[in-house]
Amino acid sequence: MNAIAETAAVEAAPTTTFGNTVMDCQVQKIFYGDFLAVRDSHLPIEKNKIIGFIGPSGCGKSTVLRSLNRMNDLIPVFRFEGKVTYHGQDIYDKKVDPVVVRRYIGMVFQQPNPFSMSIYDNVAFGLRLNRFKGNMDERVEKALNGAALWNEVKDKLKNSGLSLSGGQQQRLCIARAIATEPDVLLMDEPCSALDPIATRKVEELMLELKENYTIAIVTHNMQQAMRVADTTAFMGVDISQGSRTGYLVEMGATQRIFEDPQEELTRKYVRGEFS
Amino acid sequence: MSASDLTSESPSFDITSASHQLHRAPFEGRALKSGFLTGLTWIMAVLASVPLFSVIYMLLIEGGSRLDWEAITALPPSAFEMGGGFGNAIIGTLIMVGIATLISVPIGLFAAIYLAILDPDSKLAQTARFLAKVLTGFPSILAGVFVYAAMVVTMKSYSALAGGVALAVLMLPTIVLAAEQAMTTVPKKMKDAAFGMGCTRAQVIWQVVLPTGMPGILTGVMLAVAGAAGESAPLLFTALFSNYFLSSLTEPTASLSILIFNFSGMPYDNQIELAWAASLVLVLIVLVLNITARFIGRQKF
Repeated sequence: MNAIAETAAVEAAPTTTFGNTVMDCQVQKIFYGDFLAVRDSHLPIEKNKIIGFIGPSGCGKSTVLRSLNRMNDLIPVFRFEGKVTYHGQDIYDKKVDPVVVRRYIGMVFQQPNPFSMSIYDNVAFGLRLNRFKGNMDERVEKALNGAALWNEVKDKLKNSGLSLSGGQQQRLCIARAIATEPDVLLMDEPCSALDPIATRKVEELMLELKENYTIAIVTHNMQQAMRVADTTAFMGVDISQGSRTGYLVEMGATQRIFEDPQEELTRKYVRGEFS
Repeated sequence: MSASDLTSESPSFDITSASHQLHRAPFEGRALKSGFLTGLTWIMAVLASVPLFSVIYMLLIEGGSRLDWEAITALPPSAFEMGGGFGNAIIGTLIMVGIATLISVPIGLFAAIYLAILDPDSKLAQTARFLAKVLTGFPSILAGVFVYAAMVVTMKSYSALAGGVALAVLMLPTIVLAAEQAMTTVPKKMKDAAFGMGCTRAQVIWQVVLPTGMPGILTGVMLAVAGAAGESAPLLFTALFSNYFLSSLTEPTASLSILIFNFSGMPYDNQIELAWAASLVLVLIVLVLNITARFIGRQKF
């Protein structure tokens, strides 16, 4: 196990030399207090692609995702060692304001979380936050269209965002996230609270969105990763040091990861031998 | 295998295979006990509302007959005078409760923001929370004595200002605790969403937490206002009373509660009738404020 772990980190880097990298995440160590949650993982994120993070529970895939827009800074004991570059700038640089980072790198959460405001105000929230001066109605419509929700809500924009169904709420959250046209969209298990039909709609939406955005998605569902991700990163848990530390086992084109994985651990995982 | 086979083969259940009895058995022990307890809760609920309804009934009968334009606009009558009213007391109560609200709402709201969001687990927060809880049970007369020493003695006069501060001391803990409660119940996922959009902490608080918690905050403020409007003990030491309309915030000021206290003990029918009417007005003021707050603060979404 340990041997696999060590080789993985070394091998993962050279196999991933991409040209059009928007973000480059080089984790050395991520701590929660004294607990080492993730170590030695290099994850380049390519423009207009969807990268899927898969792996067993507790492998740190959400932790890594939330490190990409500094959401983890809200947890006081969180500590990040390494580098995450966004268009060449390290977002963990002391001069960088995490609030600004999050305006460029949007996020969709596991649980749909609209604000208790009207549908319109939910979508307009980020625009108002950024003191958007243009045609608000137009941008709201565009965002709702982008999230494939416009036709369902166009006659009730004044209704509460919380009055929608779970799947609609999640698409509203996506609309809210894309209204400000962020560069990168992080999605933390966006479909885990949704039924299969709503899940399919969100997946179709992701495939449309990657035309304009770069998406990183954490998913528990391997089929979902196969359906939507261009690149898949498989993360494992290293228990050799007596605690549970996540690390990147292998990363590559989705088809290769699922059909011809290089690592034994990946092979076992994608075959469903453990989860 | 038929249904009868199933029942006959499960002897651990005493479902007699022949009868399949589904009817109620109203005189069985459990049913009687349940019926008795349900009846008891009903009786207790009715008993609990007897004082409230009898007070409201008496107020409407006794106070309603004297409630007219003169009563709510005129100055209080002197001993043997007929007529008169308590216009100055209504204004005094409204002004002093207003002052108290202006003082306690900003302090209470900011304190609650600190307790609920900024640093809920710090030593300071834990101490402040504990003290606020202690202060909710603070004898109101002591608030009056405290402000008497702090303001009346130093300013050398009873005043509306001192009355307002005394009421503010009493309103503060209610507002802090209710607002904290309202803000902590705003779901964490909503705050996460706001942070994820690139909100600063101040923006999360002003644009998401406060609007979402507003109904609860307003309920707390209204409870505090209602309580303060009815207080008399703290005003005895701070605002005292006046038979004239308020002309300055730094002079003794009339209030409904003190007027009720003064007039209800007098041996004159006119004054006693006015005390009833003033009581009714006091209840109505609280009621109107309550309804207004509910209307403004109702959960819109």
